[in-house]
Amino acid sequence: MVLKVFFPSCCSSADSGILIGRWISEQSSAVILAVVHFPFIPVQVKQYLGEVQRVTQVSVSVLGSWSNSKQEKEESLSEFLEDLGTIFCHEPWIQISKEGDSKFWSCSTLQKHSKNPQEEEIILVYYDQRKVMLSHLHPPLDTAGRRAEDASKLSAIFDTVARSQVLFMTDRYDEGPIKLTHWQSDGVEASIIVELMKQASVPACMLLTLLLSLLSGVCRSRVLKFWPLSFLWSKLSTCEQLGHRLQHLQVISSNKKAQNQNQLMRKANIFVSLLIDVALGILLMSWLYRKNRIGHLADTLIPVADHVAEELQDLLQWLMGAPAGLKMNRALDQVLGRFFLYHIHLWISYIHLLSPFIEMILWYVGLSACLGLTVALCILSDIIALLTFHIYCFYVYGARLYCLKIYGLSSLWRLFRGKKWNVLRQRVDSCSYDLDQLFIGTLLFTILLFLLPTTALYYLVFTLLRLLVVIVQGLIHLLVDLIDSLPLYSLILRLCRSYRLAAGVKFRVLEQQDGKPLRLLMQINPLSYGGVVQTYRLPTYNCYPRDSWASLCKKLFLGELIYPWKHKGEKQN
Amino acid sequence: MAEERRFRSASGAPIALRRRQHSASCRELAVRGPRLQLRSLSAATSAVWLAAYGLFALSENSMVLSAAIFITLIGLIIYLHFVKIDQESLLVIGSLGIQVTSSYASGKESTTFIEMGQVKDVVINEAIHMQKVIYYLCILLQDPEDPQGVSEVVPLFQSSKPRLDCLIEVYKSCQEILEQRKTAPQSS
Repeated sequence: MVLKVFFPSCCSSADSGILIGRWISEQSSAVILAVVHFPFIPVQVKQYLGEVQRVTQVSVSVLGSWSNSKQEKEESLSEFLEDLGTIFCHEPWIQISKEGDSKFWSCSTLQKHSKNPQEEEIILVYYDQRKVMLSHLHPPLDTAGRRAEDASKLSAIFDTVARSQVLFMTDRYDEGPIKLTHWQSDGVEASIIVELMKQASVPACMLLTLLLSLLSGVCRSRVLKFWPLSFLWSKLSTCEQLGHRLQHLQVISSNKKAQNQNQLMRKANIFVSLLIDVALGILLMSWLYRKNRIGHLADTLIPVADHVAEELQDLLQWLMGAPAGLKMNRALDQVLGRFFLYHIHLWISYIHLLSPFIEMILWYVGLSACLGLTVALCILSDIIALLTFHIYCFYVYGARLYCLKIYGLSSLWRLFRGKKWNVLRQRVDSCSYDLDQLFIGTLLFTILLFLLPTTALYYLVFTLLRLLVVIVQGLIHLLVDLIDSLPLYSLILRLCRSYRLAAGVKFRVLEQQDGKPLRLLMQINPLSYGGVVQTYRLPTYNCYPRDSWASLCKKLFLGELIYPWKHKGEKQN
Repeated sequence: MAEERRFRSASGAPIALRRRQHSASCRELAVRGPRLQLRSLSAATSAVWLAAYGLFALSENSMVLSAAIFITLIGLIIYLHFVKIDQESLLVIGSLGIQVTSSYASGKESTTFIEMGQVKDVVINEAIHMQKVIYYLCILLQDPEDPQGVSEVVPLFQSSKPRLDCLIEVYKSCQEILEQRKTAPQSS
């Protein structure tokens, strides 16, 4: 099999020495991690490697020799390097040598115990050690949606480099017996800001945990669990959003360190999302309170509500006349029309009662926009729901009336044909009716049938209005969900440090020379933006939509009440 | 060593196949499609701007002209960066894997690397596309559970669509390298 040598590009200019790394025999590849320079004592090297092996669980061993001669090839050095092969017995013993500044190195192997002495081909693959160490490989999803973790041979290489971090901690300024060259051998770098933030994060997390436990204790108290209040909390989307954010804060402020990459990214995403949310919320708040825009908003609220009510009254007058040229049943028309008009009159009176307090309420509610843009949007959605409450009531009245009519009609239609609905068996059975039953049934059927167009028209008009409001609310919730679930930290990481999120690798063929091994450069192939969003999406509490189009149409036709958006945690009815 | 031969694509456009042998087990096959012609670019731009001038003459609103320029620029950038593929290449490295690269006209390269352990075979398939039957080269991926099964089919050279004669050349080159992994002594 072809022998593959993965050589770190930072060691290309290192002085002569021996190569240490990991030998993966199933793939016949050698992953070189560092170069140990002369002078060294073999026993100390073996001891050091044993310690590294124990700490990292990676089977690091001496793989071969590296000679970088600035002048002519020295014969004595090459013999010395071959003799080293007997001290550190490793099969096969890899010898790489570089002359002067030449790009083309010669690579050979010494096999003492192999049965077939043929020349096997060697491929030299250069890799950037720091990038491979920091990168996280995302194997592609196969057709069943499972990640093929075991099948990827490259993951073994990434794994080896990532787990050998302790090997890269010694730099050339250390006074130990072993002198290594690797990517950090010029000095370990660290950032003061990162260290300070790590130190400051521990007390900050503890403080946050304390505050959150107090807050959740208050929320869980019995006072807030009484029936009217608990019903209110479940209907207002603002409370759901606040609960969701509280959960997020709990995740961030927990003291446990993240176990694996996914948890770390999740925490980081939640943190950045919260930060951006609060920043946008404060921006919105400052815009609203500057030049007293919120006062203007409150002033226009009452006229807008009045205008909506007037439009509704005009609509009802139109329905009470001859809408679109259709002829309605005058008596039923007048009854329904007057009933709804009275409702609107009540609603307007309530709004006018509240009008002096609206500005103050709105001013204080607007302050809560500093909790985040999502909270502000949820408040907007709730205000819309409250202002159009009368449309919701009308929809419910119209739907119930229509539903009753449809059920009555279908039951009497069965009577017409001599059949009956058997509740026990849940099916339609034939039944013999008396003459007076048939007579009254037919009479009622005719009445209901001829009153159907009027009721159906009212139902249609109010359902359309209700659907309009639902669509507007749905759009606002869609926006809130987008802000909630977008993994901003992962996207910024993909933009700035794209090697951290790897979908795979790509190889580039470097210049070749006959007789020398094949030279390839291994680079990291970053994950696409769509892949990043799909992998690191934050879970939200909304699922869209509850019904498919067919069942929605069926419900609309039968007059059943529709609740288009389903929330997680609600019982299925 | 590199050699280049001219062929035709399925729709009749001239394409060029370039073969390079880097070593005994490494080959690169690149299919280059026709470049963006100045003729078609000028024709498209002129058509859009004439339409914009017509609208401007009707509506007397100068925003139409700025919008037309904006749309032309954005459309050109999107076309060059996301749509127009200049070259598709296949790099076969025995015992490592197969790398498929598409280079766009703006210089962007999108690469996929498939490890040799996942590759079952490289075959030429037929497909019915509109009213034609075309041949295309594809890589069959191994199903990890079923040794005889195929889990996925990855089609190659989708935008240049070479004809059968070009595909046969590519197929022969790939098979020479894939055969080496059968004759090489397998370790468990």
